[in-house]
Amino acid sequence: MKSYDKLIFELSKEGRCAYSLPNCSLCNKELIEYIPKEFLNEEEVNLPQVSEVDIIRHYTNLSQLNYGVDTGFYPLGSCTMKYNPKINEDVASIEGLCHIHPYQPEETVQGSLELMYNLSNLLSEISGMDKTTLQPAAGAHGELTGLMLIKAYHESRKDFKRTKIIVPDSAHGTNPASAAVAGFEIIEIQSNKSGALDLDTLKSVLNDEVAGLMLTNPSTLGLFEKNMKKIADLVHEAGGLLYYDGANMNAIMGKVRPGDMGFDVMHYNLHKTFSTPHGGGGPGSGPVGVKEHLIPFLPIPAIDKKDDKYILDYDRPDSIGKVKGFYGNYGVFIKAYAYILTMGAEGIKEVSETAVLNANYMMNKLKEYYSLPIDQVCKHEFVLGGLKGDHLGVSTIDVAKRLIDYGYHPPTIYFPLIINEALMIEPTETESIETLDKFIEVMIKIAKEAKKNINLLKNAPYHTPVRRIDEAKAARNLILKWEK
Amino acid sequence: MHKYIPNTEDDKRYMLHSIGAKSIEDLFEDIPKELRLSRELYIGKSLSEIELIKHMKELANKNKSTNELISFLGAGAYDHYIPAIIKHITTRSEFLTAYTPYQAEISQGTLRVIFEYQTMICNLTGMDVSNASMYDGPTACVEASIMACESTKRKSIIVSKTVHPEVRKVLHTYMKFRKIEVVEVDMNDGVTDVEKLKSIADKNTAGVIIQTPNFFGIIEDLTEVEKIIHENKGMLITYVDPISLGILKTPRQLGADIAVGEGQSLGNNLNFGGPYLGFLATKSKWVRKMPGRIVGQSMDQDGKRAFVLTLQAREQHIRRYKATSNICSNQGLNALMAVIYLTTMGKKGLREVATRCVQKSHYALDKITKENKFKPLFNKPFFKEFAVTSHIESKVVNQELLKNGILGGYEIGKDYTEFKNGLLFAVTEKRIDEEINKLSKVLEGMK
Amino acid sequence: MKILEGLYYSKEHEWVKVEGEKVYIGITDYAQNALGEIVYVEMPEVDDEFSVGDVFGVVESVKAASDVYLPVSGKVLEINELLEDQPQLLNEKPYENWILIVELSDQSEINQLIDFKEYEEFCKSESH
Repeated sequence: MKSYDKLIFELSKEGRCAYSLPNCSLCNKELIEYIPKEFLNEEEVNLPQVSEVDIIRHYTNLSQLNYGVDTGFYPLGSCTMKYNPKINEDVASIEGLCHIHPYQPEETVQGSLELMYNLSNLLSEISGMDKTTLQPAAGAHGELTGLMLIKAYHESRKDFKRTKIIVPDSAHGTNPASAAVAGFEIIEIQSNKSGALDLDTLKSVLNDEVAGLMLTNPSTLGLFEKNMKKIADLVHEAGGLLYYDGANMNAIMGKVRPGDMGFDVMHYNLHKTFSTPHGGGGPGSGPVGVKEHLIPFLPIPAIDKKDDKYILDYDRPDSIGKVKGFYGNYGVFIKAYAYILTMGAEGIKEVSETAVLNANYMMNKLKEYYSLPIDQVCKHEFVLGGLKGDHLGVSTIDVAKRLIDYGYHPPTIYFPLIINEALMIEPTETESIETLDKFIEVMIKIAKEAKKNINLLKNAPYHTPVRRIDEAKAARNLILKWEK
Repeated sequence: MHKYIPNTEDDKRYMLHSIGAKSIEDLFEDIPKELRLSRELYIGKSLSEIELIKHMKELANKNKSTNELISFLGAGAYDHYIPAIIKHITTRSEFLTAYTPYQAEISQGTLRVIFEYQTMICNLTGMDVSNASMYDGPTACVEASIMACESTKRKSIIVSKTVHPEVRKVLHTYMKFRKIEVVEVDMNDGVTDVEKLKSIADKNTAGVIIQTPNFFGIIEDLTEVEKIIHENKGMLITYVDPISLGILKTPRQLGADIAVGEGQSLGNNLNFGGPYLGFLATKSKWVRKMPGRIVGQSMDQDGKRAFVLTLQAREQHIRRYKATSNICSNQGLNALMAVIYLTTMGKKGLREVATRCVQKSHYALDKITKENKFKPLFNKPFFKEFAVTSHIESKVVNQELLKNGILGGYEIGKDYTEFKNGLLFAVTEKRIDEEINKLSKVLEGMK
Repeated sequence: MKILEGLYYSKEHEWVKVEGEKVYIGITDYAQNALGEIVYVEMPEVDDEFSVGDVFGVVESVKAASDVYLPVSGKVLEINELLEDQPQLLNEKPYENWILIVELSDQSEINQLIDFKEYEEFCKSESH
C-alpha cells in the first residue's frame, strides 16, 4: 500500500470548482427578496474548493489506504466477511428500482413492494419464523426492535412485571446495550467451562420478572448449544420469550432453523449472512422475524398483498410503531434478495456447510500452535486463546498486527470476553483451500517468530501506510475535525 | 458447485479427511436431530445471472421511477442533483467491501473520509463535534433526545407539531420504551406556537425539538424558543435540512445545543426510503454523551499523522448495558456520498443549489396560486417546500398529475386532519420552468 | 504494585486519606494498572452530595471504562481540575493525585474500610 497523507481541505484553493448547473431563467432575484435577512447566514460555509480531478485522485488514493474483502482474506470473526457479489450491486442500481421516492403512490411502486414482500417471505422460510419486518437498519437496531416486541407482547397480556432480560457473558456487546435502550434491566449470566449456557445458572435466574433470554446460536465461540431444546423449554415454562441474535446464521442455513429451535423473535444481518457489502461501517440491514404470537406488534407499515396488489399496511393497532424513517434500508434489500435468488435452496445450504468445513479445517491446523480453550467441532467460526506455550510476552494484538504485514486482515481480537487473548476466526465459505492454507502457514510462521524475536512482533506492522497509532493521545487530546 | 463457493468436491473431501471427518454431516452432529430441518428450504432453485437480471428488470418495470416522472414530492426525501462522480468513488471495492475501521493501520481511507465528514458536518452546522453518522434523520433525532435526557438528567422532551410526522412517530416509539415523556407542542399558522411552548416548558424539560425549515417548508423563527428552553436549562435540538444550510443561519447561530437531520439530500439516491444517513453534531462539552462512532486524529509510532476510532469507552463493546447507545455501525458508504457531494459542490455550489431551491419554489407557488384555485396554506418565509390547498381532494389532484407524468405533492391530510385537502410541493434545483409550468397548467385545468 | 501505609482502602480499589473532616479519594496503583492508559476522568460537581456506594464518576482508558464508587458518604468539597487536562496523572502517580475531596458526614463509615495489609491480601486474591 502506498503512503498518502492529504485531507480534502488541504487541496482546496479559492476559485476552484467541480460542479456545473444549467442556465436558469427563474434565478434572477436576490435571496433577500424572498427570505428575511434575519434568517440568512452572512458567512459562507467552509467547504473545500477543488476540481473534479482533485476529487477523483484524492478519494482513489484514500481508497488505496483501505483493506476490503476484494483486497484479500478477511477472517474477522462474528462479521461474516464473505465475498460481495458484483451482480447485486448492478441490480441495486437499476433505475426503475432505485430512483423511487418513498411516498410515491402505491400503484407506482408495485415492483419495489413485491421485492420486499418476497424477501421477507424468503427470510421467514430460511429462519422458520412466521413473519419478517424489514424496517430495522442494522443488527443492533433489529435487536432493539425485537426487544420492544417482547415487551409489547408481555404488556398486551397485562403482565407488567417482566422487566428483565437475561444475557450470557459471551454475548455480543450490543445485546445488553440494546436491552438497556429498550428499557430492560439486564441479568448477565456466566457460561460454563465449555462456553455453553449453564442450565443450573439459567434456572437460578428464571422467574416471573424475566421477559426473555437473548442467545446467539452457535454462540460467539462458534459452538452450537446442545441443550437448546431444554433452554427453550425452561425459558418458555417460566413465561419468558427467546430472542435469537442472528449474527451467526451463516453456520446453520438449510440445516436448522431458529424458529424450530424454539426462538420467538430474531434478527438477521443482511450485511453478514446475505452478502451485502459492509461499506466501511454501513449501511447494514437488520430485519426481524417473529412467530405468530408476536405478529400483531411488528412495526408499521407491514407490507402485505391484497387482491394481487402489494400494499403498505398502517392499520395495525397493536404495533409498537415505527422504529425508523420510511421502510428500512431498501437499497440493501435488493442486494440480499438477489443473493438469495442466486444461491437457491441448495446453494444456501452449501454456504453453511462449506463455512463450517472451512472453519474446522483451519481450527485443526492451528491448534498445535495456538491454544484452543474449547476443543470440539466448531461451526462457522472458532476462538483461539492466543499463542501456545512460551512466547516471551507476545500478545494477541501483536499477532494481529503482524498478520497485517503479511497482507491479511486480522481476526476479531479480545472477543468474546470470556476467553483470554481471544482470536476469533471466521473464514466464510467464499475462501478456497489455497487461501486457507496460505493463511495457516503465515499464522504458524508468526507463532515461530514469537519465540525468537519479540520486537519483530511488538513493533509490527511495518509495511502499512501508518504504523501502530497512539490511541491514548487521540482520546486525551481530542482532534475531531480539520482546522487550518 | 456454486460460483461463489470456490472449494471443489475434491477439496472438500480432502479437507474432511484432514480433520478426521467422514462427511459434512459429521460436522453438524452437535445439532440435536429433532431440531434439524429434514427437508429442502422452499426458496427455489438457483438463478443464473441472466435469469436474475431478467427478474429484477421485470420488477423495475412494475415501478414508475422519478426519472420517468417529474417529481414535486419531498417531505423528507428529495430529488436533488447527484454528481456523476459519486457513483464512481463509492463503488470502489476498497470502500465498499471494508468493515468498520477497527484495524486503523489498514483503514486510513475510511477513517480519513469519516474525519472529513465530521469536519464538513461541523462546518455546516457550526458545531464543534460530529459523530460518524447514524441510521437516518429520525433515529438521529431520537439519539439527540436521549443525549439531552442524559445530559440534563431529566425525562421529558418537547417536540413541535411542525416536525416531520415520521420523525415524531419514531421518537414516540423509542421514548415509550425508555419511559421518557414526549409532549407535542401545537402550531399556529404553520409554525411552532411559542406561547404554548412557553406554558409547557419547565425545569423537567430535557430538550425541545424544532425542525427548520419545518415539515411545511417554513423557516421557523427560533429567537423566542431558544430563550424559553435555555431559561429552563434544557437543550435546544434543531432538525435541519443540510441543503438549506448553504444559505440559512447555522444551528449554532440559532442557539442550538444539538443539530441533527436527514442527510439523504447530500448525494444519496431516493432508494425508496433508504439507506440514508442521519447526522448529529453538538458542542464540545457534550462530546462524551454522543452516540455512535467518532474518528480522531493522532500519530503513529513514527510520528506520522494518523486517524483512529476514539472515545470508544462510550460504546457498547466496552460499556455493554451502560453504553450511551446500542448503535455500533455508521452509514459509512452514505457518509462517503455526502462527503463527495459537499466536496463537489463546495461552498459556492451548495449556496447556489440552496438559492435556486428558493427561487424556483417561490416561482412555483406564484404560478400555482395565480388563478386562485389553489391557495397557499400559510403565509410565511419558506425554503424549498410550500403547502397549498383547494376545494379538490388532494388524492384526486395527485391522480390527475400522475396521469400527466407528474409526481404530485405530499398529501398533508394524512397526518394533519385539519388540512384535509392540503398538498406539500417540493421544488428542488433540478426542476426547470417547463416542468413547473406544466404542473401549474394541470392544476389549473382541474375541476 | 504499590500500596501505601496509613491510607484506607475500599474493595473497589479506591484509596481514602482522612484529614479531620476532609477526606481525599483516589484510585490505587492496582486500579490504574488494570485500566491501562487513562484518557478521561468524569467527575461530579462541587457541592454534589453522595451516599456511601454511589457512583460519583467514571475513569476511562482506551480499552475500558470503570465507574468509581464513593467509599464514604458526604458532600464534594473540591474536585481535582488538573485531571481534566492530564488524566494520565492517575497512571503516573496514583497516590499523589486525588480525584476529589469530600466532607465526611459519618465518621463511622471509615471503620468499614480496610487497611493497607488487608488491601494487599485482597489484591492478591483478586488476581487469581
